[in-house]
Amino acid sequence: MGKRALVIGIIGLLLLLAGLPGLVNRLTHGHLYAGYSTPVPWALWVVLYVYFSGISAGAFLISSMVYVFGMRQFERIGRLALFTALVCLLTALLFIGLDLGHSQRFFLLFTRPSFTSPMVWIVWLYTVYFFLLLAEIWFVMRPSFVRGGEGKGFKAGLYRFLTFGVRDLSPRAMERDRKIVRILGTIGVPLAIAFSGSVGTAFAVTVARAYWHTGLLPIMFLVSALASGGALLTTIVAFVLPNGLGEHREEVIGLGRLLVLLLFVYFLMEIAEILVSLYETVPAHFIPIHDQLFGPNWWIFWILGMGMALVGPMLILTFLGRRSALWTGIAGLLATIGFIGIRWNIVLPGFAVEELPGISKSFFEPHWTYGLYIPSAMEWGVTLFSVGVGVLILALGFGLLPLRAEEAPA
Amino acid sequence: MLVEMEVKSVTLQMYEDLDRALKKPLRERHWGMVIDTRKCVGCNACAVACKIENKLPPGVVYNVVIDEEFGTYPNVARRFISRPCLQCQNPPCVPVCPVNATYKRPDGIVVMDYDTCIGCRYCISACPYGARSFDFGNFYTVGQTPEVMPWDVMPSFEYGEEQQRDPRNPWRSPIGNVRKCHFCLHRLEKGMLPACVTTCIGQAYIFGDLNDPESLVAQLAASPRAIRLKEELGAEPSVYYLL
Repeated sequence: MGKRALVIGIIGLLLLLAGLPGLVNRLTHGHLYAGYSTPVPWALWVVLYVYFSGISAGAFLISSMVYVFGMRQFERIGRLALFTALVCLLTALLFIGLDLGHSQRFFLLFTRPSFTSPMVWIVWLYTVYFFLLLAEIWFVMRPSFVRGGEGKGFKAGLYRFLTFGVRDLSPRAMERDRKIVRILGTIGVPLAIAFSGSVGTAFAVTVARAYWHTGLLPIMFLVSALASGGALLTTIVAFVLPNGLGEHREEVIGLGRLLVLLLFVYFLMEIAEILVSLYETVPAHFIPIHDQLFGPNWWIFWILGMGMALVGPMLILTFLGRRSALWTGIAGLLATIGFIGIRWNIVLPGFAVEELPGISKSFFEPHWTYGLYIPSAMEWGVTLFSVGVGVLILALGFGLLPLRAEEAPA
Repeated sequence: MLVEMEVKSVTLQMYEDLDRALKKPLRERHWGMVIDTRKCVGCNACAVACKIENKLPPGVVYNVVIDEEFGTYPNVARRFISRPCLQCQNPPCVPVCPVNATYKRPDGIVVMDYDTCIGCRYCISACPYGARSFDFGNFYTVGQTPEVMPWDVMPSFEYGEEQQRDPRNPWRSPIGNVRKCHFCLHRLEKGMLPACVTTCIGQAYIFGDLNDPESLVAQLAASPRAIRLKEELGAEPSVYYLL
């Protein structure tokens, strides 16, 4: 996997370097060159934060099928799922960290939290989830660290270090590891459900934004987390793993079957939301949906959301993916990209309606632009940088970590 | 029969009300406003006075006169709604703050703690009235014109402290913070009315203690002409409008 990891690493590095000027600008000038504004306070970075944190939860929940529910069918991709969850969590945190006005004060979320804020639940749940993820990955990979640490060279040395001195591979020790992994995974399942739901709750509790203020939103977040996590995992297994379409054909097709179900459930929820809102006479309910469907950004809804994320993959998976790993992989790739559009249309339409009638045309100030939001160059830079960091960590994992289990402890 | 009536200046009565309220313990006061839309001519003096009083940079807006147009030419009409922060008694912006950086004081004013705010902008999303601004670090003249004007880099005295914005350091508060109207708390504590109230040319702004039935503001708030914006959300604003 060395050559592949190198290629992925170079892609990650290029993304990172391309985005570096944006990051420097963000760090030296704060939010001065941002395209978001006071009327559109959450934008591209929040969209991508929601997207990556969702994938993390989804990938983790899929890994739990192996380590908690004992579905051996996906055993060979369990480690990959866990590691993808970790990488996406880190990427998501990078996005939201840079989105804060005072990123250096993040520790206040731990030292003086207000538990009435869903944002605090999210952060605390993430923190527990992050350590749990690290622990679970370590326990799952420990046998490979022990075996791989026997040789010579950098990788063996690294593996020896990563065993942290626990070299016991006796059946008893392996059985103990298996149990610990199952316990960790079992704790992780409600945790991942809670935090992806909480992200939805954070939006849903804002009475001021009728578009978000629905009980369905937290559930939609959970389902889309599972669907986008499944989609990315399908893509990685099919196209990034060496000979993924051949060697991992069964996993790819299995993931595809899961994916089509999740996409369908999300599709139903989306249709329900739209149909109900289109009958509304209240502008705050009606305008965000109407703008999505027929506004200047109609293509985000129709092409990215409906076409690439939902209907397209559902059709491919139903008619072509049942026997073809290639088509399943393509469906996964389409949905992975398309879900960015779905996330965009969850965040941005919330700001489509002016808070008080007439306020948008009453005064004109910088960073106070109602209406169409266009990300600035600085925002794109930071975005490339953050995604680049994620891809680079993924490449490091591919190159250095035993992501493919020769014999997993579970 | 001639009835003799004592006609007192509105300003004078507001100052008397203010003095009376300041003698009470903090938690027995409830600062509020009544804005008479019939007296508003849309001159924007309140918005300008606010900008000057609080040294507000471009993009930070505490007080705005909403200008609405109705009808089609030639049958058109305009309506002005001057909107400071409505200082809700059940403020939707407060419980969502993850670090308790914004909170409601016992006297009803919703304030910001600039040194705690992490700039997540959750309160902006949660405010139903668009009353909060994020300080993106803009200046009027720094980096814009060859000469930097002294008023552009002057500190404000919000919350009774020197708030110095630094054009070279975007990590220093209040840049990177969410900011909002605080009824000119620093003025109130010195026995002065908020800047917008003092400056209003039509005396459309009436300020005082809603808990004091003798005060002008409480009497006007009890008028059948008085309404509150988006009452149905249950935020319980402390600002009333006379229609």
